[in-house]
Amino acid sequence: MSALAVATGTRRGPSVPQRTARVLGRWTLPVFTAVAVGYLLLPIAVMIVFSFNDPPGKFNFVWAEFSLAAWANPIGRPGLALALQTSLTIAFVSTIAATALGTLIALALTRYRFRGHGATNLFIFIPMATPEIVLGASLLTLFVATAQEPFKSFIPAGVFFPLGWNTILIAHIMFNISYVVVTVRARIQGFDRHLEEAAMDLGANEWVTFWKVTFPLILPGILAAALLAFSLSIDDFIITNFASGLTNTFPVWIWGTIRNNMPPQVNVIGTIIFGTAVGLVLLSTLLQRRGSARA
Amino acid sequence: MPGPDARPAEVEVRLVDVTKRFGDVVAVDRVNLEVRGGEFFSLLGPSGCGKTTTLRMIGGFEEATSGLIELRGQDVTWLPPYQRNVNTVFQNYALFPHLTVFENVAFGLRRKGGLEAKEIKRRVEEMLDLVELPGFGKRKPNQISGGQAQRVALARALINRPAVLLLDEPLGALDLKLRKQMQVELKRIQHEVGVTFIYVTHDQEEAMTMSDRIAVMNRGRYEQLGEPEELYERPRTRFVAGFLGVSNLLGGSREGSADGYAVVRVTDGSRLRVQSALLQGIEGSFEIGVRPEKIRIGTGGEGTGGEGPGGEGPGGEAPGELDQLEGTIADASYLGVSTQYIVELRSGERVSVYEQNVERTVHGSLHTSGDRVRLAWAPDHAFVVASDAAGPDQT
Repeated sequence: MSALAVATGTRRGPSVPQRTARVLGRWTLPVFTAVAVGYLLLPIAVMIVFSFNDPPGKFNFVWAEFSLAAWANPIGRPGLALALQTSLTIAFVSTIAATALGTLIALALTRYRFRGHGATNLFIFIPMATPEIVLGASLLTLFVATAQEPFKSFIPAGVFFPLGWNTILIAHIMFNISYVVVTVRARIQGFDRHLEEAAMDLGANEWVTFWKVTFPLILPGILAAALLAFSLSIDDFIITNFASGLTNTFPVWIWGTIRNNMPPQVNVIGTIIFGTAVGLVLLSTLLQRRGSARA
Repeated sequence: MPGPDARPAEVEVRLVDVTKRFGDVVAVDRVNLEVRGGEFFSLLGPSGCGKTTTLRMIGGFEEATSGLIELRGQDVTWLPPYQRNVNTVFQNYALFPHLTVFENVAFGLRRKGGLEAKEIKRRVEEMLDLVELPGFGKRKPNQISGGQAQRVALARALINRPAVLLLDEPLGALDLKLRKQMQVELKRIQHEVGVTFIYVTHDQEEAMTMSDRIAVMNRGRYEQLGEPEELYERPRTRFVAGFLGVSNLLGGSREGSADGYAVVRVTDGSRLRVQSALLQGIEGSFEIGVRPEKIRIGTGGEGTGGEGPGGEGPGGEAPGELDQLEGTIADASYLGVSTQYIVELRSGERVSVYEQNVERTVHGSLHTSGDRVRLAWAPDHAFVVASDAAGPDQT
């Protein structure tokens, strides 16, 4: 009898407050997430949409009509092609240099205990923690100082001064190294040293062990670091602006140009860079996932 | 490289005064060892006793602080791992996660060079057959079970036909059933390839089952080296007596001798006998040991209600009879095949006794707590250990 009563009681279902709580519980997080993602993506969406605009004046700020003109001629602005080329070559070279150096530093920091180990560990973080404006200003001071006495007498002109391609590259390698070290180190820390011992045990010397065992296993970390370095380099403005002198990178060129016009080509190049970055990040995530599934 | 059939009887590995320090910590303290060709040799001890460090020095992964390591008469103390004719099976297997099982096993062969692809394939498959994993070549290490990974690690090491195979707690990560199975398997494989095995373990049962000889290590040195039976029947230190199985140790002093036996008076006043030879070389205080399963347990009432002095039976006995002690059952626990009794002696010392449950009925134990009992054993089963205050407690 009582069992029947209980059964009918449950069939009546939850009370109104319970139902409200359940609905809230089900929808709060998805809605919140959607709003947050929208907040992040809206500016990018606007950039992409406005790359198809045909602005009436010099500034691409008001929607006029749909046009593929800017896409048909993405670098059709004076100085844009050169700035873009400079950005890409500097990003490429600085990525390679920073990844190579940073990987070696990460290996040294995780593998060996040496004098200055703790200090190096700390100093590696400094470029990340310091405001870019400070780094930029101090780099500028440093570069200019090389052209004064007493440094002038033994530092050949053209290396650090006058400012230009060289100095931008040096600056980019500097801040990229930090990020590479941190990224690669995370991968190496999860690395089982016994694997290297096993390789040596099986007759591989240090060199072979590195290339056959260590390198393939930390490669996903190195690739992720390289992608990060490339994207940091290609969009850096603050430090570059201090170190660039008369040379323009893409961000510096935009900065210069928007004072009197803002062509839709800026949006086009921005969209292309964004698309490439998303593609590379997806690729990197895939590689990482495959790498961690193996390890 | 000698083939798998070569079974040199000479010393395969020799350690002379090998010491390893990590900062102030002495991990291995002047160890001298000789491992014979074709032998299954175990380094047994608790964690931190230096057994793994010793193994790693033989493998070349740690440099000895001082001393000499010889492999087939050649000094290898300063050679890197890849120049030593030894291979290692690591505790966590250390299979290369980015390579297939086939490439893992082939790794050593490829490093040697000069072998045709066909020959490599033949040898790898032969090895996978030996460890009973035919057809597993294409899998990745994350696609096989722990037991299979263990076999791959073994195949990867043995394919190089090393003079010595080093095994660092290779069965530690496996569950009990699989471990038992792999113990048998390892012995079979060792028989088939005839390679010298040096096996590190903290599991005394494992070491006893598999080894030809065992070195029991403690605090950087080995306390005793011998065949499993010798170590179990005649342990010479408290540590060995306590680490290999369970021992009852009773402190005592020598009172005289009779017919090749030394008569020892133990704490509770009884006189016990041990073979005189066992006391040779023991200076200072010592203890008499008896294994729990060597003791027979009888009811205490047979000495006509023997209280106090009446209970001193052993003094009047002729050699060849049993030594006896009296006590009270403090605890009885049923273990299935046997019953474990804890018997408290008059001195307050506690003695463990295992009795096979041959005559046991389902109605409770034969002796229960509080019963007065008489313990008896053949004096030949007693052993002697030198007292060592710092040694671990026996149970």
